[in-house]
Amino acid sequence: MAVLVNKGSKVIVQGFTGTEGSFHATQMIEYGTNVVGGVTPGKGGQTHLDRPVFNTVNDAVKNTGADVSIIFVPPAFAADSIMEAADAGIKVIICITEGIPVQDMVKAKAYTAGRDCRLIGPNCPGVITAGEAKVGIMPGFVFKPGRIGIVSKSGTLTYEAADQTVKAGMGISTAIGIGGDPIIGTTTKEAVEMLMNDPETDGIIMIGEIGGTMEAEAAKWLKDNMRKPVVGFIAGQTAPAGRRMGHAGAIIGGADDTAAAKMKIMEECGIHVVASPANIGKTMAEALKGAAVTA
Amino acid sequence: MNLHEYQAKELLKRYNVPTQEGIAVDNADDAAKAYKEISVNTGSKFAVVKAQIHAGGRGKGTMIEVPEQHGVQVIKSAEDVEKVAKNILGNTLVTIQTGPAGKKVSKILVAQDMYYDGPSERKEFYISILLDRAKKQNVIMYSTEGGMDIEEVAHHTPEKIYKEWVEPNSPLLPFQARNIAFNLGLSGEAHKNMVKFVTNLYNAYVGLDCAMLEINPLFKSADDKVFAVDCKMNLDDNALMRHRDLADLRDKSEEDPTEVEAAESNLNYVKLDGNVGCMVNGAGLAMATMDMIKLAGGEPANFLDVGGTANAQTVEAGFRIIMKDPNVKAILINIFGGIVRCDRVAAGVIEAYKNMGTINIPIIVRLQGTNAEIAKELIENSGLKVQSAILLSEAAELVQKAVSA
Repeated sequence: MAVLVNKGSKVIVQGFTGTEGSFHATQMIEYGTNVVGGVTPGKGGQTHLDRPVFNTVNDAVKNTGADVSIIFVPPAFAADSIMEAADAGIKVIICITEGIPVQDMVKAKAYTAGRDCRLIGPNCPGVITAGEAKVGIMPGFVFKPGRIGIVSKSGTLTYEAADQTVKAGMGISTAIGIGGDPIIGTTTKEAVEMLMNDPETDGIIMIGEIGGTMEAEAAKWLKDNMRKPVVGFIAGQTAPAGRRMGHAGAIIGGADDTAAAKMKIMEECGIHVVASPANIGKTMAEALKGAAVTA
Repeated sequence: MNLHEYQAKELLKRYNVPTQEGIAVDNADDAAKAYKEISVNTGSKFAVVKAQIHAGGRGKGTMIEVPEQHGVQVIKSAEDVEKVAKNILGNTLVTIQTGPAGKKVSKILVAQDMYYDGPSERKEFYISILLDRAKKQNVIMYSTEGGMDIEEVAHHTPEKIYKEWVEPNSPLLPFQARNIAFNLGLSGEAHKNMVKFVTNLYNAYVGLDCAMLEINPLFKSADDKVFAVDCKMNLDDNALMRHRDLADLRDKSEEDPTEVEAAESNLNYVKLDGNVGCMVNGAGLAMATMDMIKLAGGEPANFLDVGGTANAQTVEAGFRIIMKDPNVKAILINIFGGIVRCDRVAAGVIEAYKNMGTINIPIIVRLQGTNAEIAKELIENSGLKVQSAILLSEAAELVQKAVSA
């Protein structure tokens, strides 16, 4: 089961016939994800990767019963695609696209907030429930099935965390890449909460970075809801103030944005904070042992 | 992308935002001509010369070459303007925001004097518009305390800073514009002008896809008009695709030349002051790698995200950019090969290394992911002076050895 996506998810790909969409749809199908079709306006009626192409998300939902969508549409049109998916009744909308203008996301965020759906991303690697469904661009083989959940703003750092988890003798339930933009659909706290309530997850790895206040919000929530061990890492301890570090949201604006400030509050709230990214897996293994002893 | 004051003011005019009028020039002769034109238009001998750089604090800042010259100066004759222009143009302005090296000034703005007398009291306010990440809405921040460092105001007298949040999918509503004008203590004609000003300013912020728009001072003249006297505008880089004309306003001379070169090779590079260079795929892992270098006893020399395709060309471009920095004593390449296979990345690293000729500093390559073992063998059998690792902790140990050697 895990969270967000599983074997039963019916997935459509928006931007299905484009280069990115085709490549990753193929990879997802190979992983075993139930990709039921795709959307490319103007190409409705065609078949791509042995699956039907629709002009609109609405058509796709009516014809396939899709409940999950993954978006590979170019940045200029991606916010519109998010809103189209929300309007068509898609329940989980995962937007991979990087470089969406901030004002577009202000609109799309408000639009999805008023509807029965959950937006993940944009500018994220997607979501994988190990062994069941990969709805994203991550290398599936890294995520061996298990009982550790991951929440992360970063792509390759998520793979790194998963790899260390597996090497330390554990595996992954669901990994959620929430994205590195200033405005994203699902916050760190919301993603952590889902995993905390998931009976198939025993521990949570929470990876943040400089900029914004999402990690602090998650930490404050965890303080009263820590029913499983949480290991945390914040990237950018050495980042200078005022400079954007790759991700649009990764910029230190004020004192609360720094890695040090976030690590401090996370520690105070009971999270196992690691200073080195090389210690994520090891620390989770130790935290789980500790939890077993106290239980 | 940051704009100069003179560029930002031109853009504001498109949205009917009244600004202090001025003419941007790059030599003393044109400065004198601009002064004459402005004094004819205003009927005043007073005008102001403002150095155009991407940094604040210009009024208090001084020129390295002419220490008595500030970056902003009021003048009252054509001789004045020529002298000030010569003092500033081509020279280096140091302000609290530029760092001690300062910034070279290649343009000045000769602008009208706004501080003329009239029936009412002149006032300086502050206003800025930006994204409130937590509320996921745009916020207008404003204060009666204009012309000062707003961070100081926020720190010492937070009650003097007001905020007005704007609903997504909505313009600034008329009652909100009135709130702003009332909170700034305005009435009559000045109130009406302020309502128009902030309404148009918000339209400019959205229409131009600004990441940040700041007017300080926001000025009420002695005849109750409202003007932007200065303007700091930062555009959302992601939105430049729909504003081709704005993309042309980029002033590359304001940016670090190595960062400009990196951007041309599609590399995301930020120069830092340390001794260990790094090249990583993905922004989060790149920051994490910098942190790891520090924990291993080094200092990161840069942030460099090579993106999804770590091939021979990008790696070679990365090598060249990192090695421009003479402080770099070692380089760590950290690639988590996901869908890209590590053996291909290794072949690219070896090819790039060979293309570079001799590299006299230790190179540590950490490749993890598909075919990591084969990649490690390829690197170790290449005969190059490259150390190889698979685990991040191994890479950290190698960095530690390299910096303590």
